[in-house]
Amino acid sequence: MSESNGHQGNGAAPEVNGEGGATLTLTKKDFASDQETRWCPGCGDYAILATVQQFLPELGVPPEKIVFVAGIGCSGRFAYYMSTYGVHGIHGRAPALATGLAVARPDLSVWVVTGDGDSLSIGGNHLIHALRRNVPINILLFNNQIYGLTKGQYSPTSEEGKVTKSTPFGSQDHPFNPLALALGADASFVARTVDTDRDHETEVLRAAAAHHGSSFVEIYQNCNVFNDGAFDAVRAKGKEANQIRLVDGEPIRFGADGERGVVRAPNGRLELAEVAEVGEDALVVHDAGDPSHAYALARLADRPTGPTPVGVLRSSERPAYAEGIGEQLETAREGLGDDDLASLLRSGDTWTVE
Amino acid sequence: MENKTVEEKERVVIRFAGDSGDGIQLSGNLFAAETALIGNDLVTLPDFPAEIRAPAGTLAGVSAFQIHFASREILTPGGRPNVLVAMNPAALKGNLAELMSGGIVIVNEDGFTKGNLGKAKYDSNPLEDDSLDSYQVFRVPMTSMTVRATEGIDGITSRDAARSKNFFALGLVSWMYSRPTDPTIGWIEKKFGDKTAIMEANLAAFRAGFNFGETAELLQVSYTVKAAPAEPGTYRAVNGTTAAATGLIAASVRSGLPLFLASYPITPASELLHELSRQRKFGVRTVQAEDEIAAANMALGASFGGHLGVTATSGPGMDLKAETVGLAVALELPLLVIDVQRAGPSTGMPTKTEQADLLSSLYGRHGESPLPVIAASTPADCFEVAVEAARIAITYRTPVIMLSDTFLANSSEPWKLPDVATLPEIDPAFATGGDGEGFQPYARDERGARPWALPGTPGLAHVIGGLEKEDVTGDISYEPDNHARMTELRAAKVAGIADEIDDLVPDDPDGADLLVLGWGSTYGAITGAARRIRRRGGNVACAHLRYLNPLPKNTGELVRSYKRVLIPENNSGQLWRLIRAEFLVDAERYNKVEGLPIFAEELDDVISEKLET
Repeated sequence: MSESNGHQGNGAAPEVNGEGGATLTLTKKDFASDQETRWCPGCGDYAILATVQQFLPELGVPPEKIVFVAGIGCSGRFAYYMSTYGVHGIHGRAPALATGLAVARPDLSVWVVTGDGDSLSIGGNHLIHALRRNVPINILLFNNQIYGLTKGQYSPTSEEGKVTKSTPFGSQDHPFNPLALALGADASFVARTVDTDRDHETEVLRAAAAHHGSSFVEIYQNCNVFNDGAFDAVRAKGKEANQIRLVDGEPIRFGADGERGVVRAPNGRLELAEVAEVGEDALVVHDAGDPSHAYALARLADRPTGPTPVGVLRSSERPAYAEGIGEQLETAREGLGDDDLASLLRSGDTWTVE
Repeated sequence: MENKTVEEKERVVIRFAGDSGDGIQLSGNLFAAETALIGNDLVTLPDFPAEIRAPAGTLAGVSAFQIHFASREILTPGGRPNVLVAMNPAALKGNLAELMSGGIVIVNEDGFTKGNLGKAKYDSNPLEDDSLDSYQVFRVPMTSMTVRATEGIDGITSRDAARSKNFFALGLVSWMYSRPTDPTIGWIEKKFGDKTAIMEANLAAFRAGFNFGETAELLQVSYTVKAAPAEPGTYRAVNGTTAAATGLIAASVRSGLPLFLASYPITPASELLHELSRQRKFGVRTVQAEDEIAAANMALGASFGGHLGVTATSGPGMDLKAETVGLAVALELPLLVIDVQRAGPSTGMPTKTEQADLLSSLYGRHGESPLPVIAASTPADCFEVAVEAARIAITYRTPVIMLSDTFLANSSEPWKLPDVATLPEIDPAFATGGDGEGFQPYARDERGARPWALPGTPGLAHVIGGLEKEDVTGDISYEPDNHARMTELRAAKVAGIADEIDDLVPDDPDGADLLVLGWGSTYGAITGAARRIRRRGGNVACAHLRYLNPLPKNTGELVRSYKRVLIPENNSGQLWRLIRAEFLVDAERYNKVEGLPIFAEELDDVISEKLET
């Protein structure tokens, strides 16, 4: 009845990058723990796990320098399946725990795995504050638009009118648009990808890992048990043409043959158009450095029911949280000892009794 | 100057009171600094209004600062003052009832305007009717004399000058009690060195107040209070907040762990965040978190990374942190949670003291989640208790709750500075790199503590979480026997701390029948009351608990060895309930939940009555 937690001996021990500058050769196996994954068969989480394990070796960071911090929900199990260090915390608080860890240990690569209930409902506060602070962590939000682990209640990203066990007459709640929320929190890196699209997902993860500060990646993840097909409009076979793939500096176009695109309407809004009708020059060029442009893209499709932007909506540089302070503090601690402590005790007015 | 007399006093209690914008706390603290330099023993008690700046002149806006100083050892801020300095009618009205009969009232006569009398809801001017007949009243026009004293200082209007009247009052009381002026003059010069006009105005006001005392015919008597006998050593005045902050840094230095504090601002714990935020030269990292829950999680995350993770709060914050503290119990990581208790429930009285979080600290989490709880007994004791709380957290890999309260945090007393070399060495004993095989995150050492393996250590990568873990391996487990075993192991680890702590030793010189047992900030009142009773020939024992979980091993034996046990608390009987439940002793209780500390005088009455029955 027990799930193993020991990661050791999984794959070859990595060659750690030594003084000589030899490159670190890692493989997917170095990041896979030896335990049985326990998501429902067909769950989108399997695809995400495989992609992450496949991708991580290219960072050249040994597993022991990586920490996965997870919250509660189906996504929460992710940490157990990685052979890195990990903490499976409490519901919604992973970004806060990861903030403490990242501030204390800027040498680590810290990843947060969370879900739509975990980070947009119970943990909404921590998500927005981690993003505004630009804490150097990578946040992967597995959005399945449903509560899976508690067996099928509506989530803060479920559509209005959603019929679930807790909303037998249809949900009255207006859902979050996670990207718009992250942009509203002034996240410096905001992206979206799809669970089963390994290549695109890898590209987005690569950009997220390279980003300085917080990165926020929404991953459309199919829950085949409680919300099957929620993303079919962009995910089902033959529907990939509905993904508006964003490339920084390139005109935004999509469709099976790039026959559609995004233009700016006379009222300033972004809207979809046929390239043949508007001409290539009318297409909006993607600028990941512009937050209002990113916001307009995020609102282009509030629900994944038709053409939907994927890829990096925003990537802009600003100082990461506590950047530089860590080094100052480390330097301050060097050689700190009892004498310094004694002088601290004596600070302020003192008097002596003989 | 002619023929003024000087009387010697053994002890004096002065209360300064005025509008919250009047600089009362500053005057009080400077008077305390002057008093400390004389070598008097002293205890102070600030009493802040709940509002930051309630409308000037109103009863809600009164801020007060009480100081008790003596030529002998004292333990409390004194009950009723001998001297009341009132800057306006509201300050007089709000504090007069507690003044000793025959006590001294010094009022700023200029503050008793018709408008201020109305705001204080006085129908007639108490300075002009008979309501102050049973006191010695000194009417001093402090505002106008301050304005006059500062005339001619460039850049000071009479409005600016009036703001210096707290220094006039301080000067006057400093003369009256023969305090040295150097500390205050030095402080003013240092603080306002770059604002010459303000510096000069404050100095002029302070000197004017002092000289007024010396020359005015109004005041014929001044007082001295000689130095109190004290053990040789270097001393400083310290409040509980500074003592705790210093203790945390000491634990950081002695353990080699960087100190990480995450807190959400809350009265009265915010001061600890402020103090530690200044300590970058000790490598202290502080984060002002988005909420209490985040603060606890950040501290826990930092602990996972190998720092000394601390979060400080008060009651409402403790409620919010409870789930995270439970996670720390399951993760078995060091986490220090400081609860500066205040009057509850809910928002309660944020600026008022209470010690009503004992049972919630012990039991206020779901599931069985035992953790060590230790409490400071005096402002200076917050230093030692912070060091000890950190030592336990680090050594046993456990969250620890340290209990302080509003009274301890704000009150100050002389602190004999410890020799740093005598502080405990704290060994974090991190797990070191293994061979990549067989790392067992939930194996245990002789104390029952598990290995603390830091991210970055090759071969020790592991995942920990809130799900129940299999003994030794730390794998997730739902096995019935394993859960029973882990519940037992977690409890045994915490209970085992009792093996390393000292027995509870009563202060019982004459073999008393009655033991007064306390914890936390009632120490001064209990010890003070016992001394008063013994001076009158009475016989009473007292004992004070620092460790509330686990209790010292001999606690049961000790309480059973007395005919009677009395437990005074600033709550409705929490330790009392615990002692009765644990040891089947028919203990009695004395409880006070008024937002005020228990005072020695009142406890003296309570104990004396018990001794007579």
